[in-house]
Amino acid sequence: MTKKDKHKEKATFDFNGGWDYSPSPESTSHVKLKERYDLYIDGKFVAPNSGKYFQTTNPATEKVLAEVAQADESDVDKAVKAARKAYENVWSKLSAKERGKYIYRIARLMQEKARELAVVETLDAGKTIRESRDVDVPLACNHFFYYAGWADKLEYAFPNRTVSSLGVAGQIIPWNFPLLMAAWKIAPALAAGNTVVLKPAETTPLTAMLLAEIIHESGLPAGVVNILTGYGDTGAAIVNHPDINKIAFTGSTNVGKIIQKAVAGTGKKLTLELGGKSANIVFEDAPIDQAVEGIVNGIFFNQGHVCCAGSRLFVQESVAEEVIQKLKDRLDTLYVGDPLDKNTDIGAINSKEQLETIRKYIKIGKDEGANMYESSCEIPKKGYFVRPILFTDVAQSSRIAQEEIFGPVLTIQTFRTIDEVIQKANNSPYGLAAGVWTDKGSRIFNMTSKLRAGVIWANTYNKFDPTSPFGGYKESGFGREGGLQGLGAYLKIER
Amino acid sequence: MNRNKTVKNIPDFKLSPTVDKVGVEERVARFQTRSIKNESKVQGLKLVLNMIDLTTLEGKDTPGKVRQLCYKAQHLHDLQEGLPTVAAICVYPTMVAEAKKALGDSGIKVASVSTAFPSGQSTMEIKLLDTKFAVDNGADEIDMVISRGKFLAGDYSFVFDEIAAIKEACGKARLKVIFETGELASLDQVRRASDIAMYAGADFIKTSTGKIQPAATMQVTYTMLCAIKDFYRKTGVKVGMKPAGGISSSKLALHNLVMVKETLGNDWLTNEWFRFGASSLANDVLMQLVKQETGHYQSADYFSID
Repeated sequence: MTKKDKHKEKATFDFNGGWDYSPSPESTSHVKLKERYDLYIDGKFVAPNSGKYFQTTNPATEKVLAEVAQADESDVDKAVKAARKAYENVWSKLSAKERGKYIYRIARLMQEKARELAVVETLDAGKTIRESRDVDVPLACNHFFYYAGWADKLEYAFPNRTVSSLGVAGQIIPWNFPLLMAAWKIAPALAAGNTVVLKPAETTPLTAMLLAEIIHESGLPAGVVNILTGYGDTGAAIVNHPDINKIAFTGSTNVGKIIQKAVAGTGKKLTLELGGKSANIVFEDAPIDQAVEGIVNGIFFNQGHVCCAGSRLFVQESVAEEVIQKLKDRLDTLYVGDPLDKNTDIGAINSKEQLETIRKYIKIGKDEGANMYESSCEIPKKGYFVRPILFTDVAQSSRIAQEEIFGPVLTIQTFRTIDEVIQKANNSPYGLAAGVWTDKGSRIFNMTSKLRAGVIWANTYNKFDPTSPFGGYKESGFGREGGLQGLGAYLKIER
Repeated sequence: MNRNKTVKNIPDFKLSPTVDKVGVEERVARFQTRSIKNESKVQGLKLVLNMIDLTTLEGKDTPGKVRQLCYKAQHLHDLQEGLPTVAAICVYPTMVAEAKKALGDSGIKVASVSTAFPSGQSTMEIKLLDTKFAVDNGADEIDMVISRGKFLAGDYSFVFDEIAAIKEACGKARLKVIFETGELASLDQVRRASDIAMYAGADFIKTSTGKIQPAATMQVTYTMLCAIKDFYRKTGVKVGMKPAGGISSSKLALHNLVMVKETLGNDWLTNEWFRFGASSLANDVLMQLVKQETGHYQSADYFSID
């Protein structure tokens, strides 16, 4: 240290304490949850054949919210029969314009109940009210609005082709965006003229049941949409039911593989939207402060429970130190805690099981010798919470860089040349999304043509829109959801 | 307090970091979703009052008007107990002596605009004289404007040297450098101007004169805060921030505090390092503070206009 440096103040930023925000919890007084939710089959709310119910809890408090019905094979059969009957007798005979009207009506009813839906989503899934209010619910409504518009324009969507509906669609959705995933599945299916049997995830069934109530209120003909709650065996019963024409699944790659095997040779049309380990790539000429925001949004959005999360960060070596320093500062300013508080940035981990998975990977990362940085923010004592985490000095061969963690854990690697980073980004069993941060337009186009990922964001991350198709390469699945491509997935398209 | 000096090894300002406008807008929108209520709001509002540079910069200013403003600076709203004073009074150089006398030993600083404010279209000689006049009359702080014409023409050395020269002329007075961001047109340019000013010795960087719109937008202020952050990391020297012009509501002022807190941390949440240049903000803050205590909004006529 030179003499001059001795007088230099050590540059540190104090982000804790001081003037702070008082608690600002969203009111729950307008939400009245039932003690028990039944299955929605053939336009009626009915008890499951087995009489069995299971509990769904609030991951932020570990308190039970409600009981939901556990559907078995016979309930699934009943639902598929209802869906088939509705398809043959009502839905496929209805004029396309009328179909569109129902979908619009569902969208409007969802908007009317947006606050209730957002609060219940936050209670059941642990996601922050900021995200359920500003992202999940509005996007879910927009999917219905968007596909409602296509209902009577199918021949314009695919010019010079003959299009027809498929029949009954079986749909299985995950717990990370419960209502939004239901909208992604149901809206295009209905617009294309199919009927639906949908199963929400066992840890987050409530907004799907509220959606069932909304659909019921909309006067949609009985049996057009059936919603069954249950565990994996309920999903398996849907996948294996012989009278289903199309399976759409969003969830883990392991389950996706099982489903693909199960439907092989059955003639069922299949789309799979599975896991990811997406690369977020920062070049030295990037707008660094905005890139840091994008990295944070890419991995910590929805507690990292996002299939397209930018979980592998690649930073050009010349700016690596700066980017990592800024990421650490930013991590310290994140608020982790009560998901209902409007100021919370990161909410609760969805379930105890997922919390354990995340902890397992954190341990693996440490054992592999990567350097861990944990945010200094406080977390609640009760409930399933984890501090946001960065791992630096991660090798391409580390398990934490290869396997999907599905939590707020970011791995950071450095790179030197463009070829190197393209190779490393593509060197993954997955291929769902990628992010590129650079000030140079030509480089963006070069990267987008060489990265093997379904979605590539430039100078932003985790942006979604109903008009834009979403889906992956390789083990991230196949088929697209959203946009025209998402509509085509529910249609038979012939010359 | 470690004060900024003109830095010897200066970077190439053509290589100042780029700024992505869309990303900045998104970040700023996040600050605006923060919910500030109850105790936090009261504390925040008092902090805002204490950070105000109460300003009058008009051709029609007279010593009488300045004296009245100086009284207000010390007695914002005597009916309400426990209120702080503002940070400073901001006036033209010819009013500095009057303001200094009126404020006495209240601890409230006198800031003077200088360098042919607001356009800066004058010779170096006159700008230096302007500054020295204000300092000799007792100004604690000097708010200079940069030569935007030279800056936009790419003559960054001129702008740097000009700031360094004024800094020298300031002596003990703290130097605030005004960019007039409404004339700089892009956030990239705001970032570059920030770097030039800080390396040239600015103690504060300031958005606007208040004479040009748009003035202190949150996007611009955020870009400048990021530049301050980088400068502090590199040199260990703190530089202050002063958004000026266009901040007239309590809500916007609180959002600015949120932005400072989450970008630079608690150390900047004091009037030593953060100021609001404003003329009408104080009364809106007072109205909100009274409302927090009584539960009712009062008419504007219950708060003095100066």
